[in-house]
Amino acid sequence: MKYETVIGLEVHAELSTKTKIFCSCKNEFGGEPNTRCCPVCTGMPGTLPVLNKAVVDYAIKAGLATNCSITKYGKQDRKNYFYPDLPKAYQISQFDLPLCQNGYIDINVNDETRRIGITRIHIEEDAGKLIHDDYSNESMADYNRCGVPLIEIVSEPDLRSPEEARVYLETLKSILEYTEVSDCKMQEGSLRCDVNVSLRPVGQKEFGTRCEMKNVNSFRAAVRAMEYEQKRQAEILDNGGVIVQETRRWDDVRGESIPMRSKEDAQDYRYFPEPDLVPIVVSDEWVEQIKNTIPEMPEQRKARYIGEYGLPEYDAFILTSSKKMADFFDATVSEGAKPKTASNWLMGDISKILNDKELEPADIPFTPAQLAKMIALIDKGTISNSAAKKVLDAMFAEPADPEALVEKLGLAQVSDEGAILQMVNDVLAQNPQSIVDYKAGKDRAMGFLVGQVMRVSKGKANPQMINKLLKEALDKA
Amino acid sequence: MKITKEEVLHVAKLARLNLTETETESLINDMGNIIGFADKLNELNTDEVLPTAHAIPMQNAFRADEVKESFPREEILKNAPDSDGDGFLIPKVVE
Repeated sequence: MKYETVIGLEVHAELSTKTKIFCSCKNEFGGEPNTRCCPVCTGMPGTLPVLNKAVVDYAIKAGLATNCSITKYGKQDRKNYFYPDLPKAYQISQFDLPLCQNGYIDINVNDETRRIGITRIHIEEDAGKLIHDDYSNESMADYNRCGVPLIEIVSEPDLRSPEEARVYLETLKSILEYTEVSDCKMQEGSLRCDVNVSLRPVGQKEFGTRCEMKNVNSFRAAVRAMEYEQKRQAEILDNGGVIVQETRRWDDVRGESIPMRSKEDAQDYRYFPEPDLVPIVVSDEWVEQIKNTIPEMPEQRKARYIGEYGLPEYDAFILTSSKKMADFFDATVSEGAKPKTASNWLMGDISKILNDKELEPADIPFTPAQLAKMIALIDKGTISNSAAKKVLDAMFAEPADPEALVEKLGLAQVSDEGAILQMVNDVLAQNPQSIVDYKAGKDRAMGFLVGQVMRVSKGKANPQMINKLLKEALDKA
Repeated sequence: MKITKEEVLHVAKLARLNLTETETESLINDMGNIIGFADKLNELNTDEVLPTAHAIPMQNAFRADEVKESFPREEILKNAPDSDGDGFLIPKVVE
């Protein structure tokens, strides 16, 4: 049978606040275990949480950037469960009055715009980390992450393929990055997602039974988990079976998911209003204030690159999908570089080097002004494109003025017509056979001669000029 | 309202309590009384009343996003049932 896949995603993003959600401990990744803890975040009896206002600001900002309506009267609730990464034995979250509701984001899949609904965005606290590896008969709890503020962004079941889900995640990530709500560092777990997948026969209105997958640590893993689940459910349905609603754990190494919780252990979180925290009342002025802090978003920026700079849609999309990359591009252009040239370097060689070194655009060691200067050196004919690549490598190794690097590496191109003509004539005098070959119509002879001149110039002669002068000389010969 | 034995055992399980047969029996009665007491509210017409999550008229108690010193690790770990100096040692959690 033919099935339609229905996917909904729950994305958890750690907020870029300075402190934790309910205490003044520093919100930071890593560090020695249990060095950013206090009685509040370790759940000591008798302590009282006090909500960090910046958490509400960021959540509202994320809501506005995803077209949500902001809840005027919100509250926080207790979600009860026993697990040692959560010392209070409950997580403070939001149940029926989340801060943001009923939003959407537009995503672009195969040149088509799809509107994906956002059910809700709520605030909650992160749990600690359990370490098993170095401990044989015990586990060790590190509560540094306990109380780190999170928003959970729940989508409507509007996604119809793993590919759409991937684009949704990329788009959401860039929105959170642009608004600086989260640093979105996947490798540090700043952005995590749970995936809900169900199938239904094509044409059927009702949704099928869904399975939830946890432990999905990268977008690539999310796509693999969804593809796996799609196939698993189709096989069950094709064999006349029924899908059991369950939570499964994705094992990215084995490329499979396994059921996590048995039915007898069905979740029963017994949510109730958090008695230690008072309601959150959001005024129109407050919302207006936050609205004013929202920067140019990726879609607007993309439109500007296409309209103002004449960049192709694809280039504009790639550049704007990372805010840091787009900022770098803008700065390079305002330093005088031609937009298309700057874009080519950033999308091409620079992205490649970043990928190879596993760096992010934020880690580019040189300044936009230095890149603009390097591009100017190419435009002026001081260096060739291939020499520029060497300059770029050098700039990554040790950022310095490109002009000084050209000097240091001896990469300046020779564009002196007289000097090159001298080399051309010398090469021709030494290779009479090639002239004969050229006259006989052998294309290879031209290539050989260009190579010879280049060799004589130690790779520094302007290649266009060699071509031009060589051709003139051969035609006269 | 009547509370069944299964409901008492379910709640006990969620709270990680092991009850004896006698305790279970007496809790069936106690919990039934508590729920019955709360059920009395259903006698009132609350159609026009918004659900109340908090009884005190207070809102927006916030803290500024300013870092303060955390506790020294030794202090924090003093409350650990068992510790290796780095963290809280707990019975092995099998995932």
